[in-house]
Amino acid sequence: MGVRAARRQGFAIGIASGLYGLAFGALAVTAGLHVWQACLLSLVMFTGTSQFAFIGVMAAGGTPADAIASSTLVGIRHATYGALLAPFLRPQRGARLVFAAQVTLDESAAAALARHHRKSGRAGFWAAGVAVYVTWNVATLIGAVAGSHIGDPSAWGLDAAAPAAFLGLLWSHLSTTRAKVTALVAAALAVALTPVLPPGIPMLVAALGAVLAGEAMRK
Amino acid sequence: MSWTVAILVAAALAFSLKLAGHLVPLTWLSHPLLSRTADLITVGLLSSFVAVQCLTTGREIDLDARIPALVVAAVLLWRKAPFIVVVVVAAVVAAGLRLLGMP
Repeated sequence: MGVRAARRQGFAIGIASGLYGLAFGALAVTAGLHVWQACLLSLVMFTGTSQFAFIGVMAAGGTPADAIASSTLVGIRHATYGALLAPFLRPQRGARLVFAAQVTLDESAAAALARHHRKSGRAGFWAAGVAVYVTWNVATLIGAVAGSHIGDPSAWGLDAAAPAAFLGLLWSHLSTTRAKVTALVAAALAVALTPVLPPGIPMLVAALGAVLAGEAMRK
Repeated sequence: MSWTVAILVAAALAFSLKLAGHLVPLTWLSHPLLSRTADLITVGLLSSFVAVQCLTTGREIDLDARIPALVVAAVLLWRKAPFIVVVVVAAVVAAGLRLLGMP
């Protein structure tokens, strides 16, 4: 128990999120990238929100330097994940460390952090990380080639699958009042800050704000 | 700068950010405040992912079929349904409601 459940959850959330690569591939080509450039972006950058930021700048007529700046800003939150994942993943070195860093994302971090034990957390991290990597890259290629023929992934409800998956990971952590309040504060902050801060940053600020709220309740 | 070079530079920066967290010295992470709030950080992050992915599109607040889908998901979780069932049913509910004309 534990490890297998973590792996199943990791695969499910990884595939649900990875399928969004269809939308990315289609939009990347619309923004002006060649199919191979869209695929390169998914293979080497491999950070959904940063990639959308990159092609968003491109589509809006921005310069390559602007695109680099906004995709990097959006990726800042990933720097915190490696540190938060330390109890689950360390020690790591060499190729394993490089792979772990490359697949460090919202999905893989969530799949690990949601577990209470090192072994199941690690299983969740790798299952989600590998599942997103494979699905995202295959989906990017299909989206880029098929382009507008593929339609909007939200017509299939894919945009509801991801929040449901994250809710599933969150669920078992909501047993105390303090956790419930923390969750509500984080959700409210994240949504309220979305229109005013660059993508990806509101989640980080929200998590920090929620921790402060939870700490205040402890007193 | 060509777009291909921009892709490679941006990717290198994205990777450096991801790697940096994995290289933070363990002694920095043993601060009592951090270990005491680790569970809250997890709850805060997961909850903000749920909220942002359910209630926003791009940088706008956007209320649509994802909300009833998430409510159904919550009910299923409360009834202890398996994770994969929750995810698939949420997608089906949203797709079904959109078929009926909901945004």
